[in-house]
Amino acid sequence: MKEAIKNRYEFVILFDVENGNPNGDPDAGNMPRIDPESGFGLVTDVCLKRKIRNYVETVKEDEEGYRIYIREDVPLNRSDSEAFKYLGVDEKSVKELKKKDPGADEKIRDFMCSNFYDIRTFGAVMTTFVKAALNCGQVRGPVQLGFARSIDPIISQEVTITRVAITTEKDAENKSTEMGRKNIVPYAVYRAEGYVSANLARKVTGFSEDDLELLWQAIINMFENDHSAARGKMAVRELIVFKHSKELGDCPAYKLFESVEVTRKEGIQYARKYEDYTVSIHEDRIPDTVEMMRKI
Amino acid sequence: MAVGVKVRVWGDYALFSRPEMKVERCSYDVMTPSAARGILEAVYWHPGMKWVIDRIYVVKPIQFTSIRRNEVKSKISANNVLSAYNGALKPLYISSKAEIVQRASLLLCDVEYVIEAHFEMTEQANETDNPGKFKDIIMRRLRRGECYHTPYFGCREFPVNFCLCEEDAIVTAYDGVEEKDLGYMLFDMDYSDRANIQPMFFRAVMKNGVLDLRDCEVIR
Repeated sequence: MKEAIKNRYEFVILFDVENGNPNGDPDAGNMPRIDPESGFGLVTDVCLKRKIRNYVETVKEDEEGYRIYIREDVPLNRSDSEAFKYLGVDEKSVKELKKKDPGADEKIRDFMCSNFYDIRTFGAVMTTFVKAALNCGQVRGPVQLGFARSIDPIISQEVTITRVAITTEKDAENKSTEMGRKNIVPYAVYRAEGYVSANLARKVTGFSEDDLELLWQAIINMFENDHSAARGKMAVRELIVFKHSKELGDCPAYKLFESVEVTRKEGIQYARKYEDYTVSIHEDRIPDTVEMMRKI
Repeated sequence: MAVGVKVRVWGDYALFSRPEMKVERCSYDVMTPSAARGILEAVYWHPGMKWVIDRIYVVKPIQFTSIRRNEVKSKISANNVLSAYNGALKPLYISSKAEIVQRASLLLCDVEYVIEAHFEMTEQANETDNPGKFKDIIMRRLRRGECYHTPYFGCREFPVNFCLCEEDAIVTAYDGVEEKDLGYMLFDMDYSDRANIQPMFFRAVMKNGVLDLRDCEVIR
């Protein structure tokens, strides 16, 4: 296993959408998610995590140690004897494992963490052999993401479209076109915030510096391999990373997040492009020990 | 109460799941003592101490919102992993298409609390450990915003902002409400028997915006 990361990180992601639906709400007929009270748009944490998983899966193509556990479709079946190499166990010791070895859960946990990037990053829940082996049934990953929220209230526009091909014979008799609906957001900038805990990386999953670089890459490119009819034009515009000087961090996360201010420019009533916004970083609010990096 | 501490915590969303509604998750009206303990443990914990929550102040009004998400319904099967050990030709993954399920969660939004707590020493403390030492570390971490991992309100996607609360008089959203009965709430889990962890409940009554947990009757 590679060495785990040694610093706490916080990061801010700014991404925008143009004429697309960034994240549909199953409760509202797949309209873009909106916080009903304020009108701000939402994108859930799990939506972004899916994009990150997909990117890693696309780039790494099942490379050893970078596989993805929660997949969208059925991959090629591959045999798995990597565990033998990793743990140095053979048939005999595996049989002993089955005899309710109290450490079995932990070995399995480490095996899963070393093989699967998404478990190492976000954690996972596992069934356990040994009852009440609390630590092993649940792996908490070092990376935490909150919901993304738009900078301004959004409006969701319904676009009705037609289709000339009819699905069923019965319908073909009495109509010549089918109607469909698309919900789009004309334009919006969203902001998501995330956290990386070095302690969980070191003590639980072994999330390394290379993994972290891959995470930044995945965030920057998360929409590049995710184009579809529904999504419209989506792009990550900013990834601002705060690197603390130590594992526990140097200052409260909210102070760092507050130093990144995104405002609509004056005189712009309806933002329709990224240039309509100003991103200002108040460096005076960031302690000297915290390193700020703009990854894009 | 020489080793007491007050921590102000706030965030956009929170979800303290009611155990009787776990599938379509529904939050309690206020933070449970066990969630408060988890938040403090994310800041500092050591085997030689245990956190005891004394009071929870509800600083902002209780408001709910609903979010429906796609989730997977299964856990990683340890048995499958074990057979992969044996070199079995089994694919090792969860297909989100086959395991998909849509679940709504009823969340609290725009929450703020003040947690008042103290810690007690346990038998596992080393010889060099003493309450003063722990207290110093805790205070230092709260002032600098240091934490072991980012604390969260019930679920990891709802991060907690925290700072040390230095005011003596805490204004709550329910200062004028003499009594609000919140019914039975989860108090915490009883870990004394590791093989059989049991939940403990208590009758939560919020008086003038404060949930007092000292000497409350715990039902197992």
